[in-house]
Amino acid sequence: MTENIVELQAISKSYATRRGLFGRRVPVRAVDEVSLSLAKGQTLALVGESGSGKSTTGRVALGLERADTGCVLFRGTELPAADTRAWRRMRAQMQMIYQDPLAALDRRLTVLDQVREPLDIHEIGSASERNDKALAMLGAVGLNASHAGSLPSELSGGQRQRAVLARALIMRPELLICDEPVSALDVSIQAQVVNLLMDLQKEMHLSILFISHDLKVVRQISQRMAVMYLGRIVECGDTKDLLANPAHPYTKALVSAVPVAGGRTRERIILTGEPPNPAARPTGCAFHPRCPVARPQCASVSPAVTTLSNGRSVACHAVEIAPTFMGAEA
Amino acid sequence: MTVQHPIPAAPASKIPATLSPGRLLTIENLTVGFNGVRVLRGIDLTLARGEALGVVGESGSGKSVTWLAALGLLPKTAEVSGSVRLDEDELLGLHASRLNRVRGGRVAMIFQDPSSALNPVIRIGRQIGEVLARHQGMSGASVRAEAKRLFDLVGLPDSARRIDAYPHELSGGQNQRVMIAMALAGKPDVLIADEPTTALDATIQAQILDLLTTIRKETGMALVLISHDLGVVSETCERIMVMYAGGIVETAPSNLIFETPRHPYTQGLLAAVPPFEGAVERLVPIEGQVPHPANMPTGCAFAPRCSRHMSECEKIVPPLKSIAAGRASACLAEEGAQAERHSSPIKSMSA
Amino acid sequence: MFRYFIIRILRALLTVALVVTFAFIVLRLSGDPAYSIMGDNASPEALAAFRKEWGLDQPLWNQYLHYFAAIVHGELGQSMRGGGPALDLVLSRIPATLMLTLPALLMKLAIGIPAGIYAALHRDSLIDRAVMVTAVAGYSVPSFVLGLALVQLLAIWLAWLPTGGAGSPLHLILPIVTLGVGGAAVLARFVRSAMLEVLGQPYIRTANAKGIPWTAVVRDHALPNAAIPTVTIVGFMVGNLIAGSVVVESVFSWPGVGNLLVVSVAARDLSVVQCILLLVAAAMVLSNLVVDFLYGFLDPRLSNDNTAGRH
Repeated sequence: MTENIVELQAISKSYATRRGLFGRRVPVRAVDEVSLSLAKGQTLALVGESGSGKSTTGRVALGLERADTGCVLFRGTELPAADTRAWRRMRAQMQMIYQDPLAALDRRLTVLDQVREPLDIHEIGSASERNDKALAMLGAVGLNASHAGSLPSELSGGQRQRAVLARALIMRPELLICDEPVSALDVSIQAQVVNLLMDLQKEMHLSILFISHDLKVVRQISQRMAVMYLGRIVECGDTKDLLANPAHPYTKALVSAVPVAGGRTRERIILTGEPPNPAARPTGCAFHPRCPVARPQCASVSPAVTTLSNGRSVACHAVEIAPTFMGAEA
Repeated sequence: MTVQHPIPAAPASKIPATLSPGRLLTIENLTVGFNGVRVLRGIDLTLARGEALGVVGESGSGKSVTWLAALGLLPKTAEVSGSVRLDEDELLGLHASRLNRVRGGRVAMIFQDPSSALNPVIRIGRQIGEVLARHQGMSGASVRAEAKRLFDLVGLPDSARRIDAYPHELSGGQNQRVMIAMALAGKPDVLIADEPTTALDATIQAQILDLLTTIRKETGMALVLISHDLGVVSETCERIMVMYAGGIVETAPSNLIFETPRHPYTQGLLAAVPPFEGAVERLVPIEGQVPHPANMPTGCAFAPRCSRHMSECEKIVPPLKSIAAGRASACLAEEGAQAERHSSPIKSMSA
Repeated sequence: MFRYFIIRILRALLTVALVVTFAFIVLRLSGDPAYSIMGDNASPEALAAFRKEWGLDQPLWNQYLHYFAAIVHGELGQSMRGGGPALDLVLSRIPATLMLTLPALLMKLAIGIPAGIYAALHRDSLIDRAVMVTAVAGYSVPSFVLGLALVQLLAIWLAWLPTGGAGSPLHLILPIVTLGVGGAAVLARFVRSAMLEVLGQPYIRTANAKGIPWTAVVRDHALPNAAIPTVTIVGFMVGNLIAGSVVVESVFSWPGVGNLLVVSVAARDLSVVQCILLLVAAAMVLSNLVVDFLYGFLDPRLSNDNTAGRH
């Protein structure tokens, strides 16, 4: 096993939410005992629908939110508390990009100024060196000098995401957390940004935590993936293998729901019911009210995570009972 | 917000009444401009009765504007010209009171974000009741009964109680079911669904697409499904129309367009989507950007990004030409490319 | 819902208490009432006697406690200047003020709301621009300038109306118009932008796509939504019924609460000033409570706790 850049050990995070606007506050478990590890230089995808807790998990991994229980290890040592000096020093090594690049950029500053800003703050090199470095980084993400002098509003969506990427990578971080980075982009532009991310990863030995709902992009970009449902990881393993032979009934439905251009090769599983509400978590396995193979025990006993022979981990009673459920191993 | 368009539609008498029995909706040379900038550059299409047409394109392609213009739903400032006929009736320039008999009646439309497409301060039962009262002439208790029947039909759970719910009390998927029920309330001949699942989660998207297919089978209505996602339209529609920068670039039966895309843009679009089966290879993006409407190339709008671009492409806007039975493509290279096609640099992804 | 209102009411009481305290501090620090009431030439003995009579010789915190305790018991003190209960004096002036502010409020509503709606529905038309220019002008010209201009024009040059004072219905016209124009302008601008916001919402497009006639779309779909933000500003105007006419009453020498306030502040007639401030604060807070209640009525997203049915 290669060295892990980041490790989440049984982290949980709750929020207090009001029931109704004036009702009493109830704690809602956004993330529940999640353990994950991301190997150096690799991409781990975190997949789930709204309310699955995937974004919260990303923010906990970055230290932007503190886990209620459990711990986050970055390069083997526990992440210091947010807003301490030690954390800020470490933060240069970990960057995050979001779905909406326009919101992440300052509308009044040119792209070059924003990309150079981290260098200015940390006073790295002389002013002209910083400029050159920022321009080189912009070049690496495919933006030229005329883009560098532009304001964010003068760029297209794809170019803005490139600018955000340049700013995130200027300090040469080791870990990049991407929260739905290409979801808002048009298909043809999305491919450009996906390729760029993969190229930069190779060049800079980046480790990427890739949060997304798009299984096609996840398949393209990640080596390992974890599927979340209502704050828990229900399945985790090698991406291609997992998508080819999903074991958990939820993953199966998710995979079958991917709209594929051209002929469909597998039967679509249509789940009944609504996307889960973290404030009204079902007992036992949280997925059981929508599960096509639920059995009585699922309503009362929460399934433990089992590791299958091929390194896949699954949290499902049906899989525990019948490991042959798995299909061909990779 | 109005049906009065600055540019009057061509008088119906000028257009030859080529009414084939299956033809439901005919759009001819439809253009839309805002402040003199053309965003839709002359669309021609026909929709057969009961047909499911998928309209695919990226942002700025004009895929939504086409249908908003057809129903007079664009802001007053839009400059609309051309012809949109439902059977023989011209819709463009139609008086508001007559257009309102069509909208929500024979032609219904649903939108991307169902939660904001419903009025937040009106109970959903009343919102569907408006359609029943206006288009079916219902009143009183029959409205409520019919609303409940429609909610049951679209699979809204606990419909009797939900009639009195407000949109914020329902989830996104449930609100889209309400929108579909509201569309069905007018007994439409065609339902135009503008990105109906884009704002929804994957498992809910599958539910809604499944529902649309079922309803179409049961009622025989035509469906226009507008989406940026080739996968979404491919499974739901028989015919696909690909749009780029305010024009149609290719139209073909659903199964063929993915196997043998003919227009370079369609080919590029398919190659840009990560495959969900087979080996993972580097994606082939379409380089460059969609041109801005105010800054459109003189010839083919796709020419600057096209891998098969020739010098004529910069001079002539390629017309949409029939290339095979039920297929048409708007590409100059296509005319001499019959033989060359199989050696196209971009390979079909569903091979 | 009940809890929500209890909290609102407690907050309202706290607001009133803070206003009362603030008034006490500012007035006590800004000068000695003994001089302004007794005059600069009063003998030291007379001043001392006056201070003793009104408790002004006590330590400040002691005065404050007495004052606060009295208010809690509903005793608002005596007017230092004219004698007699301060509350009676203030209450006697309220009808005169309402004679100006109530018609002015009606004028604001009757002109501002339709003008705003019309401007929004005919955006960028000539009438929209005219409404907006008028609104900006009415909004940015201070009421004393407008009042004096009207006096100059209608009372002095044309001599159609009296310049000030009370006595006949004609005396009412200028102050009411002065008050009403500014408020109508504010309201028109506000309603216009609220309407434009609502008209741009996807549910308006949905209503159009359903084939509902435009007038019904506006009436049933747009107006109820635009009413929600408008209630806030109308509530503010209602809360201002008592205190909103201070300047105008001075300009037109109208014998209302505003006029009394100006005179009492100048004379450091503390009880009266405090009494007015208390009433004004109470009116404001009360109208805010009503607004909150109306919100719950107009916007189901606020009043409804039934999100349990959602999942």
